[in-house]
Amino acid sequence: MNAVETVRSADPEQQNAGQRLYWAVADCWTIVRRDLTHLVKQPSIIAWQLGFPIVSVLLFVYVFGSAMDVGEGVDYKDYAMPGMFAMTMAFGFMNTAMAVVVDKERGVTDRFRSMPMAPSAVVTGRGVSDVLHAALDLAVMAVIALVIGWRSDGSLLSTLWAFALLLLLRFSLIWIGVLLGLLAKNQESAGNLFAVAFPFGMVSSVFTPPSVMPDWLGTVAMWNPVSATANAIRELYGNPLPTGGSWIEEHSELMAVVWPLVLTAIFLPLAVRKFQNLSK
Amino acid sequence: MFAPPPDQCSVVAEGLRKTYGDKHALDGLDLAVPRGTVFGLLGPNGAGKTTAVRALSTLVRLDSGRATVGGYDVRRDPRAVRRRIGLTGQHAAVDEIITARQNLEMFGRLFHLGAAHARRRASELLDQFGLSEAADKQPQGFSGGMRRRLDLASSMILAPEVLFLDEPTTGLDPRGRSEVWDAVRGLTRQGTTVVLTTHYLDEADKLSDRIAVIDQGRNVTEDTPAGLKRAIGGDRIEVVAAEARDLPVVTAAVARVAMQGAEPETDAAELRVHAPVSAGVPALTEVARGLQDEGVMVADIGLRRPTLDEVFLALTGSRTQPPAAAQDMDRTQHAEVTA
Repeated sequence: MNAVETVRSADPEQQNAGQRLYWAVADCWTIVRRDLTHLVKQPSIIAWQLGFPIVSVLLFVYVFGSAMDVGEGVDYKDYAMPGMFAMTMAFGFMNTAMAVVVDKERGVTDRFRSMPMAPSAVVTGRGVSDVLHAALDLAVMAVIALVIGWRSDGSLLSTLWAFALLLLLRFSLIWIGVLLGLLAKNQESAGNLFAVAFPFGMVSSVFTPPSVMPDWLGTVAMWNPVSATANAIRELYGNPLPTGGSWIEEHSELMAVVWPLVLTAIFLPLAVRKFQNLSK
Repeated sequence: MFAPPPDQCSVVAEGLRKTYGDKHALDGLDLAVPRGTVFGLLGPNGAGKTTAVRALSTLVRLDSGRATVGGYDVRRDPRAVRRRIGLTGQHAAVDEIITARQNLEMFGRLFHLGAAHARRRASELLDQFGLSEAADKQPQGFSGGMRRRLDLASSMILAPEVLFLDEPTTGLDPRGRSEVWDAVRGLTRQGTTVVLTTHYLDEADKLSDRIAVIDQGRNVTEDTPAGLKRAIGGDRIEVVAAEARDLPVVTAAVARVAMQGAEPETDAAELRVHAPVSAGVPALTEVARGLQDEGVMVADIGLRRPTLDEVFLALTGSRTQPPAAAQDMDRTQHAEVTA
């Protein structure tokens, strides 16, 4: 026996499967609480992260809006707002990557890894916080959209399903964010990810229908997962959806589910493996 | 070499090897750290100190070799090891945005103390590390020393059997360093075994019971701070003349007591003459009396042990200059260490 050890951990030396599951959930929640506390302590985080989408809304709707022709008699803001929701979700992986790289750089990740907590909680905690965070982002964006004059003409159920699809897209991108955050050397290099995020968000149906783009670019834009979600929610909100009539555009709701599942299936295991390989 | 029985050791490592590409970060390192002592790992940058600490604290998988911490194998039973260690790495690993108290409570929950116990423990640690007044402030406004103390407190949630400190004072100002040293001394009084890596020689000297000098992932030597200094040479007598013209007389006086075959070394710019002696105190008295008889004034006269800087350079060769050889090795501090 050691005289030093006066403070005792509540869980036993050897955990059974039930205890392991309990602590995996409890530890995940502890990490989520930490991120929620960040929002309470620094609500300005939301403003910073939504700065780009909000400025984009104002620019595209009020500055370029009158020059944007997305179809006969279509109010551009009704086309652009759902696109903006999708773009906000698409850029969200940057927030994930940044949070991961900050913890890695400051040694917080190593501290967690040297503790007897459930190792999975570091990753799952990130995932849950980011989905909650994204829901808050969406709520703020929706209020701005309503103020500008955007409306959902879909049923309540369709509207909620549309928001769920947006969160599903964000969820699938968490794992790309975790992977990139673990790969990034430092915060500066994670900041450079914007060079990837920008075309990923923009070469899509977010601001303009792919049918008006050059053929090759239009094809890339159509198959962009962001387009699938943007088009699917336009349909669900009953907002205008000018398309070129291609297969991918006709099946946007299906693809708004398939794409995130595919991305998750690829990047969740890669992110987990990268996390485990921190000990290499 | 001193080898304590394994059952009295908190950390035992045998033949640790870890390779990154073609670089051998650890190349057969052995360690035995007696329970309740402070063990210094001293070496130049890239010597393998950090890799050793990361391997012992389960953050890095070893290529080969065996290590137990608190009696548990780091590879076979990492969770048991994690329940018995605290780790303070090179960065203050605390959340900058949530308060100091919230940090400690979060880590307490993650150590599975339960909410109420975590809160209680956070208050205790804030007290113990002198952070009560800053408890509800965000660490982003803290001084380096305060941040480090919060970091140390976070490592002490479970009152660990072994605390790993990887360069705990790098980047701190002298005040921050002494704050951290005081905190570490406080912990060792409570019986925690500390494994400390540092490239500050005075830090190893002041805090460690034993020091292992390592280079290129291998053991170079291991001893007490005093023993290391003895190994490299005994006492030296040192006289600083008051006037440059007295330098020859002083040199002659020192030469008379110098160890056989040793020539006094003279630093003309500082008017300093020094030489190794076999019996320190008689030599000191003799030189002092001799110079007094000749009517020569001296600015300073004393005995000094070689600094760890000198030991370090002698052991690892001039190839690996310590990056931050600390210069504040005055005689008083030596007396403390060697007493």
